[in-house]
Amino acid sequence: MVSKPHGGRLIRRIAAEKTRERILSEAEEFPKVQIREGVAIDLENIAHGVYSPLTGFLRSDEFQSVLDTMRLPSDLPWSIPIVLDISEKDKTFEEGDAILLYYKNTPIARMHVDEIYTYDKKEFAQKVFKTIDSAHPGVAKVYAMGEYLVGGEIELLNELPNPYERYTLRPVETRVLFKERGWETIVAFQTRNVPHLGHEYLQKSALAFVDGLFVNPVIGKKKKGDYKDDVILKAYETLFKHYYPRDAAVMAIVRYEMRYAGPREAIHHAIMRKNFGCTHFIVGRDHAGVGNYYGPYEAQEIFQAFPDLGITPMFFKEFFYCKRCKAIVNERICPHPMEDREYFSGTKIRKMIMEGKVPPEYFMRKEVYETIKGFENPFVED
Amino acid sequence: MPEERKYTTVSIPVQLYEKIKKRIEGTGFTSVSDYVTYVLREVLASLEEEEKEEVFSEEEEEKVKERLRALGYLD
Repeated sequence: MVSKPHGGRLIRRIAAEKTRERILSEAEEFPKVQIREGVAIDLENIAHGVYSPLTGFLRSDEFQSVLDTMRLPSDLPWSIPIVLDISEKDKTFEEGDAILLYYKNTPIARMHVDEIYTYDKKEFAQKVFKTIDSAHPGVAKVYAMGEYLVGGEIELLNELPNPYERYTLRPVETRVLFKERGWETIVAFQTRNVPHLGHEYLQKSALAFVDGLFVNPVIGKKKKGDYKDDVILKAYETLFKHYYPRDAAVMAIVRYEMRYAGPREAIHHAIMRKNFGCTHFIVGRDHAGVGNYYGPYEAQEIFQAFPDLGITPMFFKEFFYCKRCKAIVNERICPHPMEDREYFSGTKIRKMIMEGKVPPEYFMRKEVYETIKGFENPFVED
Repeated sequence: MPEERKYTTVSIPVQLYEKIKKRIEGTGFTSVSDYVTYVLREVLASLEEEEKEEVFSEEEEEKVKERLRALGYLD
């Protein structure tokens, strides 16, 4: 049986067609708030149940509970605050009002404003990111947020523009898909990268213990030098075609803006995949980390505090190629010293591709490399 | 905002308390309360897992299957 949704019920906050039409015809009567892409993506994830049991943006008691205990007031694990921030100039409405949220001038959702409250950005940063250093990308985003948070339920009116609709599955769809395939145990793998052999071994090691593998690339804002989303998807399609059992692996994307909150975010990622119906979640080295803010296996250790998460984490040590084993292994199964090891470095592989050098076969599948090279420029520019 | 955590008191037999106290020595648990909280959360979560799975309406499920077929996820 696939995982039950977090909180027991899959949330769907999508306005019924008639309600939607009525709201949109009365759009001018509602206070209007423009939201940025990251918030719009969170909103879409709430509406489609990726963030079940949330039905809207956090109210102050929920926000404080998440900061202090990594749990909602109901005691359910929840580690990342999902909030709507506004600035003083956007505060044109009051508690009790219904407002329309706009993204790029399109009304995306109606929100019932339960509460407008202030918060301490340094406390937010320290508790979620374990630092108040503005060089941390997640902290910088918090510092750039508006002075107020708005809590209340939402109803989706329009989907966000999605260039990857063909690769997008919602939790209601993955749940049916897993059931139709007869999978009772499913392991999820989150990725933001093109696959190298280390990823493949990690995924296949996990798949050896369950019925199905769900590769779930995160599509969202990228920085210069990252692989373009198209490249990641095509590279995975190639890998699947040549090296994965068709009846035991699927790929679909999720749109999500990374917080880089390391251990706390690993819990959040696991909850998202539980809502997709997965029973297991792969947590590797420095999951959702950035720089040196978190220990290499801190994102694994935090799971000890959540016996009630409802999804089983699968922990792996970092894989590498051992020249003496002549295999891809990790420190648990390889007795050889460091000098025999070739670690999978994304930076090293990226450099090779940029310089037109073919990565060694123990780093990357030839077919995957050729797929990447088929793009005129596989990397994000300015 | 001040940090606020809400707790209440639950009574357990003294012998059980002592047994747990002994059991958690040298583990990551710093108190009997922490251990009891951990165990109860684990037990409650596993009981909830056993409850009946949410079922979609037939019409809804068929609509989903159609999309999955159209996208090539189902034959």
